[in-house]
Amino acid sequence: MRLFHNADVLIALILVVAMVFIGLVNPAFWQMANLFSLLKANVVIGLMALGVLLVMISGGIDVSFPAFAVAGMYIVVRGMVELEYDGVVIPFLVATLIGALLGLVNAGIIHKFNMIPLIVTLGTASVVRGLVLGGIGTSNVNINQMPDALIAFGRTDVLTLERANGTTFGLTAMILVYIAAALVIHLLLTRTMIGRSVYAYGADAEAAKRVGFNTGRTMIFVYCTAGALAGFAGLLHSSMIWLANPRDFVGLELDVIAAVVLGGASIFGGRGSVLGTVMGVFILVMIQNSLILMGIDTTWQRVVVGGMLIVAVAITALRDRRALV
Amino acid sequence: MSDTKTAASGPDVRGTLVRASGNTNVQLGAICILVLVAMTAMRPTMFLSSYNFESMAFFMPELGILAIAMMIAMLTGGIDLSIIGVANLAGITAGTVFGWVAGEAGAGSLGVAPVVLGVGIGLLVGVLAGLINGLLISGLRITPILATLGTGQVFIGLCLVLTGGPAIVGFPDPWTWLGNGKIAAIPVPLILFVIVCIGLSLLLSRTSFGLRLKLIGTNPKASLFAGIERGRMIVWSYMLTGGLAAMAGILLSARTNAAKSDYGASYLLQAVLIAVLGGTNPAGGRGNVLGVALAVISLTLLSSGFQMMRVSNHLIDFVWGAFLIVVIALNSLRRGRGK
Repeated sequence: MRLFHNADVLIALILVVAMVFIGLVNPAFWQMANLFSLLKANVVIGLMALGVLLVMISGGIDVSFPAFAVAGMYIVVRGMVELEYDGVVIPFLVATLIGALLGLVNAGIIHKFNMIPLIVTLGTASVVRGLVLGGIGTSNVNINQMPDALIAFGRTDVLTLERANGTTFGLTAMILVYIAAALVIHLLLTRTMIGRSVYAYGADAEAAKRVGFNTGRTMIFVYCTAGALAGFAGLLHSSMIWLANPRDFVGLELDVIAAVVLGGASIFGGRGSVLGTVMGVFILVMIQNSLILMGIDTTWQRVVVGGMLIVAVAITALRDRRALV
Repeated sequence: MSDTKTAASGPDVRGTLVRASGNTNVQLGAICILVLVAMTAMRPTMFLSSYNFESMAFFMPELGILAIAMMIAMLTGGIDLSIIGVANLAGITAGTVFGWVAGEAGAGSLGVAPVVLGVGIGLLVGVLAGLINGLLISGLRITPILATLGTGQVFIGLCLVLTGGPAIVGFPDPWTWLGNGKIAAIPVPLILFVIVCIGLSLLLSRTSFGLRLKLIGTNPKASLFAGIERGRMIVWSYMLTGGLAAMAGILLSARTNAAKSDYGASYLLQAVLIAVLGGTNPAGGRGNVLGVALAVISLTLLSSGFQMMRVSNHLIDFVWGAFLIVVIALNSLRRGRGK
């Protein structure tokens, strides 16, 4: 069982310490409304982080998924508006498919030309953003144009509580989608041959090839799943905020990569777990959302996130310390 | 150097990348002329105007210096994703200092002496930022991608903290001269760019520093056996990258007379693209200043031509990205044939 891996226990400890600390600074942190909104903020970043986790376990890095998320979201929402279609299942399938196809492009270029994933995904991100903004449109789809079914889906609550003054607040049902996705990825990674091949490829690509893994298929699995999760999360995001903005998710790659690294994944590949990533996402979102609760000016937010990333990668680098060459 | 050659011809994949750079530069020169001819044919009066060339000469040096900075980081097999943050931080720090020095009078009235100080501070910020990157990469052995991704955010965050969000405007006149002035009808930024090119070209090809830097990227193992202090070299190279990025930031804020935390965000991809297009191998070991300079000239001609044909900025992003992928794919195919 990898479930209670050492690294995961350490991350859980950090998480608990951080929660206790923030709670001491401002007890408002423990209010259910705040906790529910924290969980809600986890969903979209978390779904994307599951994809980035796969890429990082395979020893790569992906900075194109925010662009893919925009593509999935904006193409589908604009399409629904144009066709006057109202529904949930088909749009999400299409957004996921768009993401998966774009991921296939990444996988193809990286595998075929044996190119550094960072540079390939920088390129595909620019291509996709350029195509979406230049080819499809630059205007927001606002709440009055957004398909009703999407809005209704995004505002579904799984649990509703009442405040002392009689107003109600709820826990978004999207958290169930996130948990389900995390479970599927966890089972894929730990119980299937293709999942094990991702770890093998990340630990040593050449060795994985020699023991008979079809590494091309591994790459396709990794980047398509990452793209699919991004496309799905993109549309989910727009149905949760009732807005489709083609310039959304700029700079999100850093937050997500920081969360995955915080969760114990190594950029050298071969290491990382779903549980760790889920906790890493929670830590990142919690600290971002709690800066205001702790009375820190929001202009410091990027300094804090960047600093957290550096500390997290420094710790994992010390852990993974390899021979000099 | 005989050590290098034996190592390079060994089974190490990167070793096969050591090729004569002259060939690529001839191709790049041809691309430059081709773009020039094509654009001239499509928009003869506008494209060949002296105004157009002058505006390119003011605009190109920032991007060119950033691309050279990126090339230096790539020589050791690294990458620097923080260059835009460093560039903006340099401009903003200098602007903030000018604000303090001038006080009520306004920074626009400051003379030459404070501007020299400002340039020094800006460059120092860049070198210090590079030092931090270098120490994280060589000391803590963080991968360059993640280290510079994190520090880049910290630098941009510091820009936000210093400015509070809005742009700093109204730099002293001698400062804006750096970005807009001319010496004997030649734009100052272009002169600075040529000086940087010549200086770095000499540094990389004529000094042991340059050779050692390339050797680290070509074959880390061989460089270790050759007695090169890898850690120290990497710190120096990132300090150089940081200093160059700061220089680009100074030129950017001087040309636009403003500094802001999110200026030039699209330059990052373009700097990577130009460095790779200019014959730099992102896996390390290969890169030359002339190639990068030719690449930046051809891309500046191309983008100026696109703007004249009123192609949307978004489609230009698309073209940049597609270009990057095509270039790496072609390089990879050529490499495959070379084996």
